[in-house]
Amino acid sequence: MSDPILRLEGVQTDIAQYHILQGVDLDVPRGKVTMLLGRNGVGKTTTLRTIMGHWRAKAGRITFDGADITARPTPAIARSGIGFVPENMGIFGDLTVEENMVLAAVSGRIDPARRDWIFEAFPPLRTFWKGPAGTLSGGQKQMLSIARAMIEERKLYLIDEPTKGLAPAIVTTMARALRELKEAGASILLVEQNFAVARALGDLVAVMDDGRVIWTGEMAELAGDAGLQERLMGLSMEGGH
Amino acid sequence: MSLAPDHAPTMARKGLAERLAPWAPVLLVPVMVLLGYLAIPATSSWLTLTVSGLAMGMMIFIMASGMTLVFGLMDVINFGHGAFVSIGAFVGVSVLIWLGGMAGAPSLVLNLLAMGAAAIAAMVVTGGVGWAFEKVIVKPVYGAHLKQILVTMGGLIVIEQLIVVIWGPEEIFIRRPETLQGGLTFAGAAIEKYRLLAVGVGLVLFLAMRFVLRRTKIGLIVRAGVENGEMVEALGYRLRLVFVGVFIAGSALAGLGGVMWGMYQELITAHMGQEVMILIFIVVIIGGLGSVEGCFIGALLVGLLQNYIAFLEPKVALISNIGLMVAILMWRPMGMIPVVKAK
Repeated sequence: MSDPILRLEGVQTDIAQYHILQGVDLDVPRGKVTMLLGRNGVGKTTTLRTIMGHWRAKAGRITFDGADITARPTPAIARSGIGFVPENMGIFGDLTVEENMVLAAVSGRIDPARRDWIFEAFPPLRTFWKGPAGTLSGGQKQMLSIARAMIEERKLYLIDEPTKGLAPAIVTTMARALRELKEAGASILLVEQNFAVARALGDLVAVMDDGRVIWTGEMAELAGDAGLQERLMGLSMEGGH
Repeated sequence: MSLAPDHAPTMARKGLAERLAPWAPVLLVPVMVLLGYLAIPATSSWLTLTVSGLAMGMMIFIMASGMTLVFGLMDVINFGHGAFVSIGAFVGVSVLIWLGGMAGAPSLVLNLLAMGAAAIAAMVVTGGVGWAFEKVIVKPVYGAHLKQILVTMGGLIVIEQLIVVIWGPEEIFIRRPETLQGGLTFAGAAIEKYRLLAVGVGLVLFLAMRFVLRRTKIGLIVRAGVENGEMVEALGYRLRLVFVGVFIAGSALAGLGGVMWGMYQELITAHMGQEVMILIFIVVIIGGLGSVEGCFIGALLVGLLQNYIAFLEPKVALISNIGLMVAILMWRPMGMIPVVKAK
Protein backbone atom coordinates (compact mmCIF):
# COMPACT_ATOMS: atom_id res chain seq x y z
CA MET A 1 0.00 0.00 0.00
CA SER A 2 1.26 3.47 -0.85
CA ASP A 3 1.84 6.04 1.85
CA PRO A 4 -1.45 7.10 3.41
CA ILE A 5 -2.49 10.71 2.83
CA LEU A 6 -3.25 11.02 6.55
CA ARG A 7 -1.85 9.10 9.49
CA LEU A 8 -2.74 9.41 13.16
CA GLU A 9 -0.45 7.73 15.66
CA GLY A 10 -1.43 7.49 19.31
CA VAL A 11 -3.38 10.76 19.19
CA GLN A 12 -4.81 11.85 22.52
CA THR A 13 -7.07 14.87 23.06
CA ASP A 14 -8.57 16.32 26.20
CA ILE A 15 -11.56 18.65 26.23
CA ALA A 16 -11.69 20.48 29.54
CA GLN A 17 -11.32 17.75 32.17
CA TYR A 18 -12.43 14.96 29.83
CA HIS A 19 -9.96 12.58 28.19
CA ILE A 20 -11.76 12.07 24.89
CA LEU A 21 -9.24 10.61 22.46
CA GLN A 22 -7.17 7.98 24.22
CA GLY A 23 -4.67 7.02 21.55
CA VAL A 24 -6.17 7.03 18.07
CA ASP A 25 -4.23 5.16 15.39
CA LEU A 26 -5.61 5.58 11.90
CA ASP A 27 -4.41 5.51 8.30
CA VAL A 28 -6.43 7.19 5.55
CA PRO A 29 -5.25 5.96 2.13
CA ARG A 30 -5.12 8.10 -0.98
CA GLY A 31 -8.05 8.02 -3.41
CA LYS A 32 -10.33 6.02 -1.12
CA VAL A 33 -13.29 6.72 1.11
CA THR A 34 -12.57 5.76 4.70
CA MET A 35 -15.62 5.62 6.93
CA LEU A 36 -15.19 6.48 10.59
CA LEU A 37 -17.94 4.65 12.43
CA GLY A 38 -18.94 4.14 16.02
CA ARG A 39 -21.60 4.92 18.55
CA ASN A 40 -22.37 8.46 19.67
CA GLY A 41 -19.77 9.98 21.94
CA VAL A 42 -16.88 7.67 21.07
CA GLY A 43 -14.71 10.49 19.67
CA LYS A 44 -15.39 10.62 15.91
CA THR A 45 -16.05 14.37 15.76
CA THR A 46 -13.20 15.02 18.18
CA THR A 47 -10.89 13.09 15.86
CA LEU A 48 -11.80 15.31 12.90
CA ARG A 49 -11.53 18.48 14.97
CA THR A 50 -8.16 17.40 16.30
CA ILE A 51 -6.91 16.79 12.77
CA MET A 52 -8.06 20.31 11.86
CA GLY A 53 -6.32 21.77 14.90
CA HIS A 54 -9.52 23.09 16.48
CA TRP A 55 -8.58 21.00 19.47
CA ARG A 56 -4.93 20.33 20.15
CA ALA A 57 -3.64 16.79 20.50
CA LYS A 58 -1.89 16.53 23.85
CA ALA A 59 0.01 13.46 22.70
CA GLY A 60 0.63 11.53 19.50
CA ARG A 61 1.38 12.61 15.96
CA ILE A 62 -0.70 13.57 12.93
CA THR A 63 1.00 13.32 9.54
CA PHE A 64 -0.67 14.73 6.43
CA ASP A 65 0.82 14.20 2.98
CA GLY A 66 4.17 13.41 4.57
CA ALA A 67 4.31 16.47 6.86
CA ASP A 68 3.78 16.59 10.61
CA ILE A 69 0.76 18.85 11.19
CA THR A 70 0.18 18.03 14.86
CA ALA A 71 1.13 21.47 16.14
CA ARG A 72 0.23 23.53 13.08
CA PRO A 73 -2.44 26.24 13.38
CA THR A 74 -5.81 25.51 11.78
CA PRO A 75 -5.40 27.88 8.79
CA ALA A 76 -2.08 26.26 7.87
CA ILE A 77 -3.65 22.80 8.08
CA ALA A 78 -6.53 23.90 5.85
CA ARG A 79 -4.15 25.50 3.35
CA SER A 80 -2.10 22.35 3.14
CA GLY A 81 -5.07 20.88 1.24
CA ILE A 82 -7.79 19.71 3.62
CA GLY A 83 -11.45 20.57 3.02
CA PHE A 84 -13.48 20.34 6.20
CA VAL A 85 -17.25 19.94 6.54
CA PRO A 86 -18.07 20.23 10.24
CA GLU A 87 -20.96 18.54 11.97
CA ASN A 88 -22.73 21.90 12.52
CA MET A 89 -22.13 22.81 8.84
CA GLY A 90 -20.41 26.11 9.69
CA ILE A 91 -22.49 28.14 7.25
CA PHE A 92 -22.14 31.92 7.35
CA GLY A 93 -25.81 32.85 7.50
CA ASP A 94 -25.31 36.59 6.98
CA LEU A 95 -23.38 35.98 3.76
CA THR A 96 -24.97 34.96 0.47
CA VAL A 97 -24.48 31.49 -0.96
CA GLU A 98 -22.09 33.01 -3.50
CA GLU A 99 -20.11 34.80 -0.78
CA ASN A 100 -19.83 31.56 1.19
CA MET A 101 -18.38 29.89 -1.89
CA VAL A 102 -16.05 32.79 -2.73
CA LEU A 103 -14.68 32.62 0.79
CA ALA A 104 -14.09 28.89 0.45
CA ALA A 105 -12.13 29.40 -2.77
CA VAL A 106 -8.86 30.25 -1.07
CA SER A 107 -7.15 30.78 -4.43
CA GLY A 108 -9.38 33.83 -4.83
CA ARG A 109 -11.51 32.76 -7.78
CA ILE A 110 -14.19 30.22 -8.47
CA ASP A 111 -13.50 27.92 -11.40
CA PRO A 112 -16.69 28.13 -13.56
CA ALA A 113 -16.47 24.44 -14.54
CA ARG A 114 -16.21 23.42 -10.92
CA ARG A 115 -19.11 25.71 -10.02
CA ASP A 116 -21.27 24.15 -12.76
CA TRP A 117 -20.40 20.70 -11.49
CA ILE A 118 -21.55 21.78 -8.02
CA PHE A 119 -24.75 23.26 -9.46
CA GLU A 120 -25.47 19.94 -11.11
CA ALA A 121 -24.87 18.06 -7.89
CA PHE A 122 -26.82 20.54 -5.76
CA PRO A 123 -29.40 22.40 -7.95
CA PRO A 124 -30.83 24.52 -5.07
CA LEU A 125 -27.50 26.31 -4.76
CA ARG A 126 -27.94 27.70 -8.27
CA THR A 127 -31.45 28.89 -7.38
CA PHE A 128 -30.38 30.62 -4.17
CA TRP A 129 -26.92 31.72 -5.35
CA LYS A 130 -27.51 35.40 -4.57
CA GLY A 131 -29.65 34.82 -1.48
CA PRO A 132 -28.57 34.86 2.16
CA ALA A 133 -27.36 31.45 3.28
CA GLY A 134 -29.13 31.90 6.60
CA THR A 135 -32.52 31.48 4.92
CA LEU A 136 -31.70 28.09 3.35
CA SER A 137 -33.34 24.95 4.68
CA GLY A 138 -31.31 22.48 6.73
CA GLY A 139 -30.71 20.23 3.74
CA GLN A 140 -29.69 23.14 1.51
CA LYS A 141 -27.29 24.37 4.18
CA GLN A 142 -25.70 20.93 4.28
CA MET A 143 -25.39 21.02 0.47
CA LEU A 144 -23.68 24.40 0.73
CA SER A 145 -21.38 23.11 3.44
CA ILE A 146 -20.22 20.22 1.26
CA ALA A 147 -20.13 22.36 -1.89
CA ARG A 148 -17.86 24.79 -0.07
CA ALA A 149 -15.36 22.04 0.56
CA MET A 150 -15.67 20.90 -3.07
CA ILE A 151 -15.24 24.33 -4.67
CA GLU A 152 -11.52 23.66 -5.03
CA GLU A 153 -9.74 20.38 -5.39
CA ARG A 154 -8.43 19.28 -1.99
CA LYS A 155 -6.00 16.53 -1.19
CA LEU A 156 -8.31 15.27 1.55
CA TYR A 157 -11.91 15.87 2.60
CA LEU A 158 -12.96 15.52 6.23
CA ILE A 159 -16.74 15.27 6.33
CA ASP A 160 -18.67 14.97 9.57
CA GLU A 161 -22.14 13.42 9.42
CA PRO A 162 -23.34 15.00 6.16
CA THR A 163 -26.74 13.26 6.23
CA LYS A 164 -27.59 13.88 9.86
CA GLY A 165 -31.21 14.88 10.31
CA LEU A 166 -31.92 15.20 6.58
CA ALA A 167 -34.97 14.04 4.66
CA PRO A 168 -34.47 10.83 2.62
CA ALA A 169 -34.64 12.68 -0.71
CA ILE A 170 -31.84 15.03 0.37
CA VAL A 171 -29.80 12.11 1.72
CA THR A 172 -29.96 10.60 -1.76
CA THR A 173 -28.75 13.88 -3.32
CA MET A 174 -25.96 14.08 -0.79
CA ALA A 175 -24.88 10.48 -1.32
CA ARG A 176 -24.87 10.99 -5.10
CA ALA A 177 -22.64 14.05 -4.77
CA LEU A 178 -20.23 12.24 -2.47
CA ARG A 179 -20.12 9.31 -4.88
CA GLU A 180 -19.17 11.71 -7.70
CA LEU A 181 -16.43 13.11 -5.51
CA LYS A 182 -15.22 9.59 -4.81
CA GLU A 183 -15.28 8.68 -8.50
CA ALA A 184 -13.17 11.74 -9.21
CA GLY A 185 -10.47 10.08 -7.12
CA ALA A 186 -10.78 12.12 -3.93
CA SER A 187 -9.44 10.96 -0.59
CA ILE A 188 -12.20 11.20 1.99
CA LEU A 189 -12.50 10.55 5.71
CA LEU A 190 -16.21 10.43 6.37
CA VAL A 191 -18.05 10.19 9.66
CA GLU A 192 -21.50 8.79 8.96
CA GLN A 193 -24.27 7.32 11.11
CA ASN A 194 -26.46 6.29 8.16
CA PHE A 195 -25.25 2.77 7.49
CA ALA A 196 -26.85 2.52 4.07
CA VAL A 197 -24.88 5.57 2.97
CA ALA A 198 -21.77 4.29 4.72
CA ARG A 199 -21.99 0.94 2.98
CA ALA A 200 -22.64 2.51 -0.41
CA LEU A 201 -19.72 4.93 -0.24
CA GLY A 202 -17.08 3.39 1.96
CA ASP A 203 -14.04 1.49 0.73
CA LEU A 204 -12.52 1.11 4.16
CA VAL A 205 -13.83 1.33 7.68
CA ALA A 206 -12.40 2.37 11.00
CA VAL A 207 -14.61 1.69 14.00
CA MET A 208 -14.09 3.73 17.15
CA ASP A 209 -14.99 3.02 20.72
CA ASP A 210 -13.96 4.79 23.92
CA GLY A 211 -11.66 7.23 22.16
CA ARG A 212 -9.72 4.61 20.19
CA VAL A 213 -9.93 2.91 16.80
CA ILE A 214 -10.81 -0.66 17.69
CA TRP A 215 -11.13 -2.18 14.23
CA THR A 216 -10.08 -1.34 10.69
CA GLY A 217 -10.77 -3.23 7.50
CA GLU A 218 -12.60 -3.34 4.20
CA MET A 219 -16.18 -2.11 4.12
CA ALA A 220 -17.20 -5.29 2.30
CA GLU A 221 -15.88 -7.35 5.19
CA LEU A 222 -17.84 -5.43 7.82
CA ALA A 223 -20.97 -5.19 5.66
CA GLY A 224 -21.00 -8.93 5.13
CA ASP A 225 -20.56 -9.94 8.75
CA ALA A 226 -23.55 -9.17 10.97
CA GLY A 227 -21.83 -10.70 13.98
CA LEU A 228 -18.85 -8.39 13.56
CA GLN A 229 -21.13 -5.38 13.28
CA GLU A 230 -22.97 -6.44 16.42
CA ARG A 231 -19.71 -6.89 18.28
CA LEU A 232 -18.14 -3.62 17.15
CA MET A 233 -21.07 -1.26 17.18
CA GLY A 234 -23.80 -3.03 19.09
CA LEU A 235 -26.08 -3.19 16.05
CA SER A 236 -26.38 -4.73 12.66
CA MET A 237 -26.17 -2.89 9.34
CA GLU A 238 -28.45 -5.46 7.73
CA GLY A 239 -31.46 -3.61 6.41
CA GLY A 240 -29.83 -0.36 7.48
CA HIS A 241 -31.53 2.79 6.33
CA MET B 1 -46.77 -1.14 1.82
CA SER B 2 -47.92 2.24 2.99
CA LEU B 3 -48.18 5.29 0.81
CA ALA B 4 -46.74 8.61 1.82
CA PRO B 5 -49.46 11.21 2.50
CA ASP B 6 -50.12 13.81 -0.17
CA HIS B 7 -47.69 16.64 0.18
CA ALA B 8 -48.32 19.85 -1.70
CA PRO B 9 -46.16 22.62 -0.31
CA THR B 10 -47.10 26.17 -1.31
CA MET B 11 -45.03 29.33 -1.43
CA ALA B 12 -46.66 31.98 0.76
CA ARG B 13 -45.68 35.63 0.51
CA LYS B 14 -44.70 37.12 3.84
CA GLY B 15 -46.99 39.76 5.34
CA LEU B 16 -46.05 43.43 5.14
CA ALA B 17 -45.11 43.62 8.83
CA GLU B 18 -42.81 40.62 8.48
CA ARG B 19 -41.18 42.05 5.36
CA LEU B 20 -40.60 45.40 7.03
CA ALA B 21 -39.22 43.90 10.27
CA PRO B 22 -35.55 43.80 9.17
CA TRP B 23 -35.84 47.47 8.14
CA ALA B 24 -37.42 48.60 11.40
CA PRO B 25 -34.12 49.79 12.95
CA VAL B 26 -33.35 51.86 9.83
CA LEU B 27 -36.78 53.46 10.06
CA LEU B 28 -36.11 54.48 13.66
CA VAL B 29 -33.86 57.34 12.55
CA PRO B 30 -36.48 59.11 10.38
CA VAL B 31 -39.07 58.35 13.04
CA MET B 32 -36.85 60.02 15.66
CA VAL B 33 -36.36 63.05 13.37
CA LEU B 34 -40.11 63.24 12.80
CA LEU B 35 -40.84 63.03 16.53
CA GLY B 36 -38.33 65.81 17.08
CA TYR B 37 -40.11 67.89 14.47
CA LEU B 38 -43.46 67.37 16.18
CA ALA B 39 -42.10 68.05 19.66
CA ILE B 40 -39.96 71.11 18.93
CA PRO B 41 -42.09 74.17 18.30
CA ALA B 42 -39.79 76.16 15.98
CA THR B 43 -38.67 74.56 12.72
CA SER B 44 -35.38 76.48 12.79
CA SER B 45 -34.54 75.09 16.24
CA TRP B 46 -35.46 71.60 15.08
CA LEU B 47 -33.19 71.91 12.03
CA THR B 48 -30.28 73.16 14.14
CA LEU B 49 -30.73 70.38 16.66
CA THR B 50 -31.11 67.73 13.96
CA VAL B 51 -27.85 68.70 12.25
CA SER B 52 -26.16 68.87 15.64
CA GLY B 53 -27.54 65.45 16.58
CA LEU B 54 -26.46 63.90 13.27
CA ALA B 55 -22.96 65.39 13.66
CA MET B 56 -22.66 64.08 17.19
CA GLY B 57 -23.95 60.68 16.06
CA MET B 58 -21.45 60.50 13.21
CA MET B 59 -18.54 61.24 15.53
CA ILE B 60 -19.70 58.63 18.03
CA PHE B 61 -20.02 56.16 15.16
CA ILE B 62 -16.45 56.85 14.05
CA MET B 63 -15.23 56.20 17.59
CA ALA B 64 -17.44 53.15 18.19
CA SER B 65 -17.22 51.27 14.89
CA GLY B 66 -13.83 49.72 15.59
CA MET B 67 -14.89 48.58 19.01
CA THR B 68 -17.96 46.75 17.75
CA LEU B 69 -15.92 44.87 15.14
CA VAL B 70 -13.24 43.97 17.67
CA PHE B 71 -15.89 42.54 19.94
CA GLY B 72 -17.63 40.73 17.12
CA LEU B 73 -14.46 39.16 15.74
CA MET B 74 -12.72 37.95 18.86
CA ASP B 75 -15.17 38.49 21.73
CA VAL B 76 -12.78 41.04 23.18
CA ILE B 77 -14.30 43.64 25.49
CA ASN B 78 -11.90 46.56 25.28
CA PHE B 79 -12.54 49.08 28.02
CA GLY B 80 -9.34 50.80 26.95
CA HIS B 81 -10.84 51.92 23.63
CA GLY B 82 -11.37 55.40 25.07
CA ALA B 83 -7.61 55.80 25.42
CA PHE B 84 -7.30 55.94 21.63
CA VAL B 85 -9.88 58.71 21.55
CA SER B 86 -7.82 60.79 23.99
CA ILE B 87 -4.51 60.07 22.24
CA GLY B 88 -6.01 60.94 18.87
CA ALA B 89 -7.33 64.22 20.19
CA PHE B 90 -3.99 65.25 21.73
CA VAL B 91 -1.92 64.23 18.73
CA GLY B 92 -4.32 65.89 16.29
CA VAL B 93 -4.56 69.10 18.27
CA SER B 94 -0.77 69.19 18.64
CA VAL B 95 -0.43 68.98 14.86
CA LEU B 96 -3.04 71.71 14.43
CA ILE B 97 -1.16 73.96 16.86
CA TRP B 98 2.07 73.19 15.01
CA LEU B 99 0.34 74.06 11.73
CA GLY B 100 -1.11 77.22 13.26
CA GLY B 101 -0.37 79.24 10.14
CA MET B 102 -2.45 76.96 7.94
CA ALA B 103 -5.22 76.46 10.49
CA GLY B 104 -5.50 80.20 11.13
CA ALA B 105 -5.44 81.27 7.46
CA PRO B 106 -8.73 82.46 5.98
CA SER B 107 -8.57 79.78 3.32
CA LEU B 108 -10.83 76.72 3.32
CA VAL B 109 -8.26 74.67 1.39
CA LEU B 110 -5.44 75.45 3.84
CA ASN B 111 -7.76 74.81 6.79
CA LEU B 112 -8.87 71.45 5.41
CA LEU B 113 -5.25 70.53 4.68
CA ALA B 114 -4.37 71.31 8.30
CA MET B 115 -7.34 69.26 9.54
CA GLY B 116 -6.39 66.44 7.19
CA ALA B 117 -2.81 66.42 8.45
CA ALA B 118 -4.07 66.40 12.05
CA ALA B 119 -6.43 63.53 11.29
CA ILE B 120 -3.76 61.47 9.53
CA ALA B 121 -1.24 62.02 12.33
CA ALA B 122 -3.84 61.05 14.92
CA MET B 123 -4.77 57.91 13.01
CA VAL B 124 -1.15 56.84 12.46
CA VAL B 125 -0.23 57.31 16.12
CA THR B 126 -3.37 55.70 17.52
CA GLY B 127 -3.06 52.85 15.01
CA GLY B 128 0.48 52.24 16.26
CA VAL B 129 -0.56 52.47 19.90
CA GLY B 130 -3.46 50.14 19.12
CA TRP B 131 -1.06 47.58 17.66
CA ALA B 132 1.11 47.70 20.81
CA PHE B 133 -1.98 47.65 23.06
CA GLU B 134 -3.27 44.51 21.35
CA LYS B 135 0.08 42.78 21.53
CA VAL B 136 0.92 43.63 25.14
CA ILE B 137 -2.45 43.94 26.86
CA VAL B 138 -5.19 42.17 24.89
CA LYS B 139 -3.44 39.13 23.40
CA PRO B 140 -2.61 37.47 26.75
CA VAL B 141 -6.24 37.55 27.86
CA TYR B 142 -8.12 36.12 24.88
CA GLY B 143 -11.22 34.25 25.99
CA ALA B 144 -11.16 35.62 29.54
CA HIS B 145 -13.74 38.39 29.73
CA LEU B 146 -13.20 39.38 33.35
CA LYS B 147 -9.45 39.66 32.83
CA GLN B 148 -10.08 41.66 29.65
CA ILE B 149 -12.18 44.18 31.53
CA LEU B 150 -9.61 44.56 34.30
CA VAL B 151 -6.52 44.69 32.13
CA THR B 152 -7.93 46.98 29.43
CA MET B 153 -9.28 49.32 32.12
CA GLY B 154 -5.77 49.34 33.58
CA GLY B 155 -4.36 50.10 30.14
CA LEU B 156 -6.74 53.05 29.82
CA ILE B 157 -5.54 54.50 33.14
CA VAL B 158 -1.88 54.05 32.21
CA ILE B 159 -2.36 55.75 28.83
CA GLU B 160 -4.28 58.63 30.38
CA GLN B 161 -1.44 59.17 32.82
CA LEU B 162 1.06 59.03 29.96
CA ILE B 163 -0.93 61.78 28.23
CA VAL B 164 -0.68 63.84 31.42
CA VAL B 165 3.08 63.22 31.51
CA ILE B 166 3.55 64.25 27.86
CA TRP B 167 1.04 67.11 27.47
CA GLY B 168 0.60 68.18 31.10
CA PRO B 169 -2.40 67.92 33.43
CA GLU B 170 -4.25 70.99 32.14
CA GLU B 171 -7.14 70.80 29.72
CA ILE B 172 -6.39 72.39 26.37
CA PHE B 173 -8.77 74.82 24.69
CA ILE B 174 -8.59 74.75 20.92
CA ARG B 175 -9.99 77.02 18.26
CA ARG B 176 -11.34 75.44 15.12
CA PRO B 177 -9.62 76.40 11.86
CA GLU B 178 -10.63 79.84 10.66
CA THR B 179 -13.13 78.96 7.93
CA LEU B 180 -14.73 76.20 10.01
CA GLN B 181 -15.76 78.61 12.72
CA GLY B 182 -19.20 80.09 12.86
CA GLY B 183 -22.20 78.89 10.97
CA LEU B 184 -24.48 79.16 8.01
CA THR B 185 -28.07 80.24 8.06
CA PHE B 186 -30.50 77.95 6.31
CA ALA B 187 -34.29 78.29 6.54
CA GLY B 188 -33.81 80.54 9.52
CA ALA B 189 -31.70 77.95 11.32
CA ALA B 190 -28.11 78.51 12.40
CA ILE B 191 -26.03 75.52 11.40
CA GLU B 192 -22.40 75.31 12.46
CA LYS B 193 -20.06 74.66 9.56
CA TYR B 194 -18.00 72.22 11.60
CA ARG B 195 -21.06 70.08 12.24
CA LEU B 196 -21.72 69.83 8.52
CA LEU B 197 -18.11 68.73 8.05
CA ALA B 198 -18.55 66.10 10.79
CA VAL B 199 -21.71 64.78 9.11
CA GLY B 200 -19.90 64.59 5.78
CA VAL B 201 -16.84 62.83 7.18
CA GLY B 202 -18.99 60.37 9.15
CA LEU B 203 -21.12 59.55 6.15
CA VAL B 204 -18.12 59.03 3.87
CA LEU B 205 -16.48 56.77 6.44
CA PHE B 206 -19.64 54.74 6.93
CA LEU B 207 -20.03 54.24 3.18
CA ALA B 208 -16.35 53.36 2.82
CA MET B 209 -16.59 50.87 5.65
CA ARG B 210 -19.69 49.33 4.13
CA PHE B 211 -17.96 49.07 0.77
CA VAL B 212 -14.96 47.32 2.30
CA LEU B 213 -17.13 44.97 4.34
CA ARG B 214 -19.54 44.15 1.48
CA ARG B 215 -17.41 44.29 -1.63
CA THR B 216 -13.93 43.09 -0.75
CA LYS B 217 -12.48 39.74 0.20
CA ILE B 218 -11.08 41.09 3.44
CA GLY B 219 -14.55 42.44 4.26
CA LEU B 220 -16.01 39.00 3.58
CA ILE B 221 -13.49 37.45 5.95
CA VAL B 222 -14.28 40.00 8.66
CA ARG B 223 -18.05 39.49 8.31
CA ALA B 224 -17.68 35.72 8.31
CA GLY B 225 -15.25 35.92 11.22
CA VAL B 226 -17.72 37.89 13.31
CA GLU B 227 -20.22 35.07 12.75
CA ASN B 228 -18.01 31.98 13.04
CA GLY B 229 -14.30 32.55 13.48
CA GLU B 230 -13.48 28.88 13.83
CA MET B 231 -14.93 28.08 10.40
CA VAL B 232 -13.07 30.98 8.80
CA GLU B 233 -9.85 29.45 10.11
CA ALA B 234 -10.91 26.03 8.84
CA LEU B 235 -11.17 27.58 5.37
CA GLY B 236 -7.53 28.63 5.62
CA TYR B 237 -7.64 32.25 6.75
CA ARG B 238 -5.48 33.51 9.59
CA LEU B 239 -8.15 35.21 11.64
CA ARG B 240 -5.65 36.34 14.24
CA LEU B 241 -3.93 38.53 11.62
CA VAL B 242 -7.28 39.88 10.46
CA PHE B 243 -8.17 40.67 14.04
CA VAL B 244 -4.92 42.58 14.60
CA GLY B 245 -5.63 44.54 11.42
CA VAL B 246 -9.17 45.35 12.57
CA PHE B 247 -7.87 46.32 16.01
CA ILE B 248 -5.37 48.71 14.46
CA ALA B 249 -7.99 50.16 12.10
CA GLY B 250 -10.49 50.48 14.96
CA SER B 251 -7.90 52.28 17.10
CA ALA B 252 -7.06 54.60 14.21
CA LEU B 253 -10.76 55.41 13.72
CA ALA B 254 -11.11 56.09 17.44
CA GLY B 255 -8.16 58.45 17.10
CA LEU B 256 -9.84 60.22 14.20
CA GLY B 257 -13.04 60.42 16.23
CA GLY B 258 -11.00 61.86 19.09
CA VAL B 259 -9.68 64.74 16.95
CA MET B 260 -13.16 65.48 15.63
CA TRP B 261 -14.76 65.21 19.06
CA GLY B 262 -12.10 67.49 20.55
CA MET B 263 -12.63 70.10 17.83
CA TYR B 264 -16.39 69.75 18.29
CA GLN B 265 -16.13 70.54 21.99
CA GLU B 266 -13.17 72.92 21.47
CA LEU B 267 -11.65 71.40 24.57
CA ILE B 268 -9.55 68.30 25.16
CA THR B 269 -8.60 66.50 28.36
CA ALA B 270 -6.80 63.25 29.11
CA HIS B 271 -10.09 61.82 30.39
CA MET B 272 -12.24 62.73 27.38
CA GLY B 273 -12.00 59.20 25.99
CA GLN B 274 -13.15 57.70 29.25
CA GLU B 275 -16.09 60.10 29.36
CA VAL B 276 -17.24 59.33 25.85
CA MET B 277 -16.92 55.56 26.45
CA ILE B 278 -20.36 55.51 28.05
CA LEU B 279 -21.91 56.72 24.81
CA ILE B 280 -19.74 54.33 22.81
CA PHE B 281 -20.88 51.38 24.90
CA ILE B 282 -24.53 52.35 24.56
CA VAL B 283 -24.18 52.61 20.79
CA VAL B 284 -22.33 49.29 20.45
CA ILE B 285 -24.85 47.49 22.65
CA ILE B 286 -28.03 48.86 21.10
CA GLY B 287 -26.64 48.42 17.60
CA GLY B 288 -25.93 44.72 18.17
CA LEU B 289 -22.45 43.61 19.17
CA GLY B 290 -20.36 43.20 16.02
CA SER B 291 -22.75 45.03 13.66
CA VAL B 292 -21.37 48.10 11.87
CA GLU B 293 -24.78 49.02 10.44
CA GLY B 294 -26.37 48.68 13.89
CA CYS B 295 -23.60 50.80 15.37
CA PHE B 296 -24.26 53.51 12.76
CA ILE B 297 -28.01 53.60 13.41
CA GLY B 298 -27.47 53.47 17.17
CA ALA B 299 -25.02 56.37 17.04
CA LEU B 300 -27.45 58.53 15.06
CA LEU B 301 -30.27 57.74 17.48
CA VAL B 302 -28.10 58.59 20.48
CA GLY B 303 -26.92 61.86 18.92
CA LEU B 304 -30.41 62.97 17.87
CA LEU B 305 -32.09 62.00 21.13
CA GLN B 306 -29.48 63.69 23.28
CA ASN B 307 -29.84 66.96 21.35
CA TYR B 308 -33.64 66.94 21.24
CA ILE B 309 -34.02 66.08 24.92
CA ALA B 310 -31.36 68.59 25.99
CA PHE B 311 -33.46 71.26 24.27
CA LEU B 312 -36.86 70.07 25.48
CA GLU B 313 -36.08 68.88 28.98
CA PRO B 314 -32.44 69.52 29.91
CA LYS B 315 -32.63 67.67 33.22
CA VAL B 316 -33.72 64.46 31.48
CA ALA B 317 -30.89 64.65 28.94
CA LEU B 318 -28.46 62.91 31.27
CA ILE B 319 -30.52 59.75 31.39
CA SER B 320 -32.12 59.90 27.94
CA ASN B 321 -29.58 57.58 26.33
CA ILE B 322 -29.84 55.04 29.12
CA GLY B 323 -33.61 55.16 28.57
CA LEU B 324 -33.08 54.62 24.85
CA MET B 325 -30.88 51.62 25.58
CA VAL B 326 -33.43 50.10 27.93
CA ALA B 327 -36.24 50.60 25.40
CA ILE B 328 -34.29 49.10 22.51
CA LEU B 329 -33.06 46.13 24.52
CA MET B 330 -36.60 45.41 25.67
CA TRP B 331 -37.64 45.42 22.01
CA ARG B 332 -34.59 43.56 20.68
CA PRO B 333 -32.51 42.03 23.49
CA MET B 334 -29.57 41.30 21.16
CA GLY B 335 -29.52 44.85 19.75
CA MET B 336 -31.15 46.34 16.67
CA ILE B 337 -29.17 44.39 14.09
CA PRO B 338 -27.93 41.36 15.98
CA VAL B 339 -25.06 39.30 14.66
CA VAL B 340 -25.94 35.64 15.04
CA LYS B 341 -22.81 33.92 16.22
CA ALA B 342 -22.16 30.23 15.73
CA LYS B 343 -22.41 28.15 18.87
